Order: sequence, then C-alpha cells, then structure tokens
Amino acid sequence: MNVLRFIAQRLLQAFLLVAAVVILNFALVHAAPGDPVETIAGASGGMSEELKAELRASYGLDKPLPVQLGVYLSRVVQLDLGYSYFFNLPVSGLIAERVPATLLLVVCSVLWAFLAGTALGVLAARKPNGWLSQTITVLSMVGFAAPVFWSGMMLVILFAAVIPIFPISDMRSVDASGGGWRDVLDVAHHLVLPSVTLGLVYLAQYSRLARASMLEVLGSDFVRTARAKGLAEHVVLYKHALRNAVLPVITVLGLQFGNVMAGAILVETVFNWPGLGRLAYEAVLRRDYPTVLGVLLFSSVVVLVMNQLTDLAYRLVDPRIKAR
Amino acid sequence: MSAILPLATPVPVAAPSPFFEALRMFVRNPSAVIGLVMLATIVLLSVFGPMLYVADPFEIRAAPLTPPFDSEAWFGTDYLGRDVMTALLYGGRATLLVGAIAALLSVLIGITIGAFAGYYGGKVDGALMRVTEFFQVLPALLFAMVVVTLFAPSLVTVTLSIGLVSWPGTARLARGEFMRYRDLEFVRAERSIGAGNARIIWKVILPNAFAPLIVSATLAVGAAILFEAGLSFLGLGDPNQMSWGMMIGSSRQYVLSCWWAVAFPGAAIFLTVLAVSLIGDGLNDALNPKLRER
Repeated sequence: MNVLRFIAQRLLQAFLLVAAVVILNFALVHAAPGDPVETIAGASGGMSEELKAELRASYGLDKPLPVQLGVYLSRVVQLDLGYSYFFNLPVSGLIAERVPATLLLVVCSVLWAFLAGTALGVLAARKPNGWLSQTITVLSMVGFAAPVFWSGMMLVILFAAVIPIFPISDMRSVDASGGGWRDVLDVAHHLVLPSVTLGLVYLAQYSRLARASMLEVLGSDFVRTARAKGLAEHVVLYKHALRNAVLPVITVLGLQFGNVMAGAILVETVFNWPGLGRLAYEAVLRRDYPTVLGVLLFSSVVVLVMNQLTDLAYRLVDPRIKAR
Repeated sequence: MSAILPLATPVPVAAPSPFFEALRMFVRNPSAVIGLVMLATIVLLSVFGPMLYVADPFEIRAAPLTPPFDSEAWFGTDYLGRDVMTALLYGGRATLLVGAIAALLSVLIGITIGAFAGYYGGKVDGALMRVTEFFQVLPALLFAMVVVTLFAPSLVTVTLSIGLVSWPGTARLARGEFMRYRDLEFVRAERSIGAGNARIIWKVILPNAFAPLIVSATLAVGAAILFEAGLSFLGLGDPNQMSWGMMIGSSRQYVLSCWWAVAFPGAAIFLTVLAVSLIGDGLNDALNPKLRER
C-alpha cells in the first residue's frame, strides 16, 4: 500500500515536471525576438505580408498567448509535436525514425564501458596502490578532460589515414545490399568507432567509481565475516563484495542519462551517425524550432523515465531504502 | 605541579592556521603543482599572447593546408589558409573567459539554492528541489543549443546558457552540507545569541562548508570549458570570436587533409581541463586530509 502511494506520488511529480518542460518550451519560443513565422519567412527567403498573416492564422499565432498555450498543450498530450518545416514531416515521425540509431549507439557504448569499467575497477581494488589503480586514476582524468568530439576525430584520423580497418562515417555502407546478417555486420562494423569514442568517457567514470566502491565494500564487516568463515577468496570477492560494489555504478549509469544526450549529439555529428543527436543538431542549424523543441521534450521525458526507473530498481535491490 | 616547575609549563604553540596547512599540503602535491603551472602558462599565453603578437586570427596568412613546422606558419594553416598558431593564441580568451564566468555563475546559483533548501528544509526545500530536478531532467547541451540559437550566439548568451543549465550538481552538494550543519551545536549557539538566518547561512555555515564546495567549483570550471568547446564546435559560439572549439568545428570536414588544425586546438582544450582537474584533485586532498589514502 505504502509502495503504491509512493509510486503514485512519483508519477504525479514526473507529470508536473514534463508539463513544466512543455511550458518552458512554449515560453522560450515566444520570448525569443521575432516570431516563428519571421523565422520561416527568413528561411524560405522572404515572404509577402499577406502570406505571413495567413501563416500566423494557420499556426494560431494571432490568438492570445494563454489560448495558444492551451492548444499547444492539448497537441502534446495527443503526441502531436508539430510539423517540421525543414524536413516537411511530422516531428513525432522524425523522432521515431531516428531513435533506434541513437539507442543502438548509446546502449553499446554504455554496456561495454560498464563491463570493462567494473572489471578494471574490481581488479584494481585488489591492490589499491598497484599499477592498475594508477592507470585508472590517469584514465579517469584523461577521460574527463578530453573533449569527446576531439577524441572522436583523433580516432577518425587514426583509422582513416594510418590503419584503415573501420569506416569513419555513417551507419551503413553506400553499397549495402543483401540485408539479413550482412546488414547486421555492416552496421556493427560502422558502430565500432562511435561507440568506442562515446564509451571511453563512461569507462573513465565507471572504472574509478567501481574501484572506490569495491575498496569500501572490502573494508566492511560482512566481507570480514565471509573471510572469517573460511570462504575462498574468489567467492568473497566475486559473490559477496562485487554484488554490493556494483550498486553505485548502476545508480550513476541510470542517473547520467541527461549527459548521454550531450555525448550523442557530439559523437553523432563527428561520425555522421543518423540518430536523434544529429537530428537535433541539423534542426538547430536550420532553425527548425518544432523539431528542436520536439527532441528537447522527448529527451527530457526519456531522462525522467530513466531516473525514476533507476530509483525504483535501486529500492527493489536494496531493502535498506524504504519508501518514505 | 605547574607551581613547582613553572618553567616547564608548555609554551602554547600557535596551531598552524588551517589555510596554511592546506596550502602546505597543496604545494607538496606534485600533480597539483604541475596542474597549477600548466594552467598559469595557458592563462598567461591567452591573456598576454594577443597583446604581444597583434594579428587577426581570421585573416588568411599562407597557402591553405600548409603543414606544421613551416617557416611561415609553425603550427600550419587550416583549409582557408588561416594561421593555426594565431588562432590558438586568440582562441584561448573566449574559451577561458566563458568557462570561468559560466562556472562562477553556476556555482553562485547552485550554492544559493542549495543553501536555502538545506537550511530551511520543509516546503522551501521541496519547492527548490523540484526546480533543481527540472533542470536536471533538461538535457543541458540541447537546451543551451536552443537558447543560444533563439537569442543569437554571443559571448553573453553562451555564458548565461551554460551557467543556467549546469548548477544542479552544486545545489545538491550545498544542500547536503547545509542540512548537515544547520542543527549542530555551534550553529545553535549562534542562533541563541540572536544571529539572524542570513548571518547564519552566509557567515556561519558557508565558511564551514567551503572545502567541498571549492572542489566542486574547480570541477565546474573544467565542465564549463568543455561545454563551451562543445557549443563552439557545433558552430553555436560567438561567430566573431575565435575559440578552440570553433577551430575544431570549422576544420571538421577537412580533418583528413589538415589534422593539425584539429589536433592542436583539441590538445589545448584537453590540457586546460586536465590542469583544472589536477588542481581540483590537489585541493580535494589538501582540504580533506582524511580522504588522502583514497
């Protein structure tokens, strides 16, 4: 019962946050100098005054602001995010079309970084001052300091000019044919460089976090008890300690989805990856506001959902945290 | 006892002030000192370089795509023939200035919101934390991109938009610290002698919570520099101001014919952020001696 009330409360909060994002979207576009019609007119290279007035009427821009807000809200509720005047397609369709590519990139990057980072961190924790620990310290600094678009382009130089074994642009080969397994392999081949670039950032964070959290767990009472019982060292390390040490890494993984979008925009731009990030970038450059705001709203909702799921999963896994 | 041997009474030795103790720890930390020297060099070069070497970074200087180590252009030229070294010298200003001011802005907003939320608790905390969550949910880079394009890219809009989206982390940290301190004895003592809330927040608790906040402020500078670089890379920085991110972004299509026009500015960003985080780590060790063995 308590849990149900907790979930209901969370849902209400999440709903209010989404509403706030929508209202902010609306306010931003209307606070900016010039109205959307001027922007369209500018983009299409001049327009007569009558045509502008007609467009304003068709977009409902001649009505009072609260009415416009109401119309906008009711459209968003029906998943109608407007019409892109650059791509000439409904925004929701555009987003749906681009999501799979971004999802593939992000999931692959985060997954390999999580596995490798945890492994590195756990190995390093066995010798807190060993060479692996020092490597992780250096790695986490370098991973934070290197701009992701720069490291991506350095990889492009390396793999285009020096060792040309991976494609450096796009998601599929131009002459891609056959489909089926050939297509899967082709995409995987194109995926290597972007996901290595994006994953390096997370590898740096996860390995450092995993090491710190493993060190902390190894110093706790239950590990001492496990050792005192005479359990083999590998059982203590991998069955008792690891499970607890992974929790903080998973939390960070779930909570940082807001940053994932930033990484995706930059990496997709470098590698011409046809995902949501590049859609946002192209739309911003073309001042295609319906698309930009649609992507902003969509990614806010994704971040929100991920945050709530992480929180919920954490509560299920860790019985010490009770729903308050 | 002391009456018998008055001379043996220990002379009270002034404990070293915490500030000098921290300074001593910082100076003894080789990586922190290296970071400081690196950052000082980069800042000096960016501030005084353009004064000593007056040139237009956008001017076409030599044949396009001149490789580095050329007598005309030491660091080579980009696809238009603009000198990479000149752009490096002039590009640091925008990056460092925007990074520093945006970080300052985000730390000020973060500390203020976190302080009120943590100190007052209850409804104030609830309301302020909803606002913080709102800004955490908003994808920062995308939101900044929208703000910058809507209000024309300039140093001011870029700085404001970065500051506006990057404060939630600091706010959460400050909130935790203020919650921890607000009911401790020395704060209650202050309250009992009639100190007002404003005095307790800014003069009593803040100085005590300073150590973790200053470390997070250093990290905020690094993050803001990367943020600015990302925006300029996407072509959304101030178009009249050369910056390292802009150099990389404008040479993006030509990276295979002039790696130097991308590698050098990127290395400059990398070294700057690395220097800032080395300093941050050093400050962390110096200000939290208990954590040193980690």
